[in-house]
Amino acid sequence: MASTVLTPPKHRAPSKSDSIGGNGHGWDGDGFGGGRGEPSPAGRPIPLHAYRMGMYMALAAILMVFAAFTSALVVRRGISNDWVPTALPGLLYLNTVILLASSATLELSRRALTAGRGEAFAQWLYATLVLGLAFIGGQLLAWRELVARGVYLSTNPSSSFFYLLTSAHGIHLLGGIGGLIYLVLRARRIVSAAKQRTIVEIAALYWHFMDGLWIYLLLLLTVRS
Amino acid sequence: MAEAHAPTAHAQHAPQGFIRKYIFSLDHKVIGKQYYFLALFSVFVGLLLSILMRWHLVWPDAHIPLLDKLSPVGAPGGLMTPEYYLSLMTMHGTIMIFFVLTTAPQSGFGNYFLPIQIGAEDMAFPRLNMLSFWVTLAALLTLLSSFFVSDGPPLAGWTAYPPLSAVGSVSGPGEGLGQDLWVISIALFCVGALLGALNFIATTLELRTRGMKLMRLPLTCWAWFITAIVGLLSFAVLFAAGVLLLLDRVGGTSFFVPAGLIVSDKILSNHSGGSPLLYQHLFWFFGHPEVYIAILPGMGITSHILSCFSRKPIFGYRAMTYSLMAIGFLSFTVWGHHMFVSGMSPYTAFAFSVMTMAIGVPSAIKTFNWLGTLWGGRLRLTTAMLFSIGFVSLFVSGGLSGLFLAQPPVDVNLHATYFVVGHFHLVMGVAAIFAMFGGTFYWFPKMFGRMMNETLGKIHFWLTFVGVYAIFMPMHYLGVEGNVRRYSTFIDDFMQPLLPVHKFMSIWAFIVGGAQLIFIFNLFWSMFKGEKAGINPWESTSLEWTVPSPPPHDNFAGKIPVVYHGPYEYGVPGAEKDYIMQDSPEVVAESH
Ligand code: HEM
Ligand SMILES: [Cu+2]
Repeated sequence: MASTVLTPPKHRAPSKSDSIGGNGHGWDGDGFGGGRGEPSPAGRPIPLHAYRMGMYMALAAILMVFAAFTSALVVRRGISNDWVPTALPGLLYLNTVILLASSATLELSRRALTAGRGEAFAQWLYATLVLGLAFIGGQLLAWRELVARGVYLSTNPSSSFFYLLTSAHGIHLLGGIGGLIYLVLRARRIVSAAKQRTIVEIAALYWHFMDGLWIYLLLLLTVRS
Repeated sequence: MAEAHAPTAHAQHAPQGFIRKYIFSLDHKVIGKQYYFLALFSVFVGLLLSILMRWHLVWPDAHIPLLDKLSPVGAPGGLMTPEYYLSLMTMHGTIMIFFVLTTAPQSGFGNYFLPIQIGAEDMAFPRLNMLSFWVTLAALLTLLSSFFVSDGPPLAGWTAYPPLSAVGSVSGPGEGLGQDLWVISIALFCVGALLGALNFIATTLELRTRGMKLMRLPLTCWAWFITAIVGLLSFAVLFAAGVLLLLDRVGGTSFFVPAGLIVSDKILSNHSGGSPLLYQHLFWFFGHPEVYIAILPGMGITSHILSCFSRKPIFGYRAMTYSLMAIGFLSFTVWGHHMFVSGMSPYTAFAFSVMTMAIGVPSAIKTFNWLGTLWGGRLRLTTAMLFSIGFVSLFVSGGLSGLFLAQPPVDVNLHATYFVVGHFHLVMGVAAIFAMFGGTFYWFPKMFGRMMNETLGKIHFWLTFVGVYAIFMPMHYLGVEGNVRRYSTFIDDFMQPLLPVHKFMSIWAFIVGGAQLIFIFNLFWSMFKGEKAGINPWESTSLEWTVPSPPPHDNFAGKIPVVYHGPYEYGVPGAEKDYIMQDSPEVVAESH
């Protein structure tokens, strides 16, 4: 095993210039902290790319939850003879447009931030928040429409999945709205401190993912086998 | 996320005050200990339940003192009903699998030692870390509260198959509120496990210190990392299954409950068309990876300890990491082996069978590498070492019976017999517990600053080692004889002649149960009275042994280490000592 012993650098004290196997992306051991990001409770800053990695992992877990729901839906629809398709409320398509628009405004907000236009950043952020809330409201109205038609959670397996998937998505989107509110409250600090921008990026990642997830769910609910 | 500390390199105020320091702590070391003690408490509850089960199995007329106080309905006069046996069994299995095996080796030791071993000051997301622990504790309390509701704990087993688990109290005591609490507890547990997993992954990938390349990670870190990935992908699926099950129970849906069920002479008319097999697929898609979540951290800990106390580099470091990855990947392809009797097509069964045997290959690689590490080593037979060797022994003994169960025609006979109970207790249950004991004896000096008593440790080891074989080996024989599992008595049919074997096992269960008191005594006595531990009592190489015992609040007192060596440089020819610390700048000339 002596062959794994590497030549050490000339000096031992960690300094930014000497790199032994570090590639700066965390994959080869890049040194904890390095001045980016927020301090951990122990005092040293946590690198911001760790936040991005954390968000990717959270999205992977959420993806698995919906993958499990999907396979349940496919199996449940395939094996049974009691599946009666539920006609989807037309409102859902309007909601979809609203959600897509919210992704667009969030993107505009992010661009404004990069361009250093703090005012526009905050305004587009508000727009995103309003559109997000409008989507949630629209989904609730769509539920009301189904209820008015006498379609409930337990009416039919197709309606069970409809309520399940829309509410599971809605709850996750509410989490995203919480994130947007957090950004709105901190908008000024974010504009003034460049290193806060990763928070915006991470929130955007989540929001766009929820957007894409909704499109997928809509297809899943409309496409019939 | 607002944080008061200034981001200067040396600002590390340890929080003051008991509550911030020990209860709502953000320090990964405190959280690791909290997880550890949560698991320790749980394992004793689980053990007590198994003692009660073994007691009732062989003396079915015995009135167990105090049991009627716990449940006047389930055990009138201390005599447990068959249903109450199933409740105890369900709680035993659930507690052991989730709150012991998933909790101590990964969340407990992992939280404490992953950041230190990679040279970080904490986990990537300390607040999330604290949240994971508190959610897990809430899950445990939710589960335990089912002991105190009127019908007692659920009885559908740790697998909670519908329809039994989905139709409510008509299907038995505990299937009302008790089963609801079970589902909620498991869903909470999933959330805690998922948050923990993403934290582990981000920490391993992003917070390694300079020089700590992936191929210099201790195998413990590799194991925690792979386990986190497996957990992230599988607990999400269990969560989904739990949501669907809960909706079937309380929302009137029919995801899993079929039409026209007759339960307790009643036709259930409020469900139609659901598929119990759908639940089984979702459950075991989680369930098989789960057994690796339980055992992979134990494999990492065992590798680490074996190398240290053999004073030899781990045999085949790369093979060890690749086999961890292979096991992690393959664990998602074999779930069908739990469902050979579900009426699946023989072709599907064949595919699952082949995949199951394929997973034996990386497992065998690990086993041979452990033996290769031991071979020719200068063995130091400390208690930690004994438990690690015990781990290898149990893993092999239990693993071999897995090859039998992997054959569909054989499994059709052995399924739901004590053969299975013997198999999984050895390979997963007790093996992982041995890794926990090994880890405890190895890391106790670092965690508490004192040594554990080796004499008590060895007595505890031998009693436990002999005892668990005496309990679980005969189960294979019983299973081959057709002794079914999940029965509360065997007194009145062909199984009666097997009773002496059961008595033998029960007596050993009591001995093993008692022997655990030695461990508990040793643990708490040593915490206060043990010999003071130095920085590196075992002459180990990984980074936790470069800092004081116990480590300071930010682990390295502001001096982040730089890593120059692999984790297992023991007995390096030409080196000053018989081991080289990972952060030692020592250069050793290549010897070939
Ligand atoms: C001395 C220690 C132990 C003893 C004496 C013991 C005994 C038992 C007994 C008697 C059963 C019931 C079998 C049946 O009626 O079908 C059982 C089931 C079970 N045990 Fe243990 N056990 C011990 C430790 C463990 C450990 C460490 C684990 C962790 C994996 C574990 C996990 C389980 C599981 C998952 C079940 C199945 C529960 C079910 O069928 O739903 N046990 N054990
Ligand atoms: Cu399995």
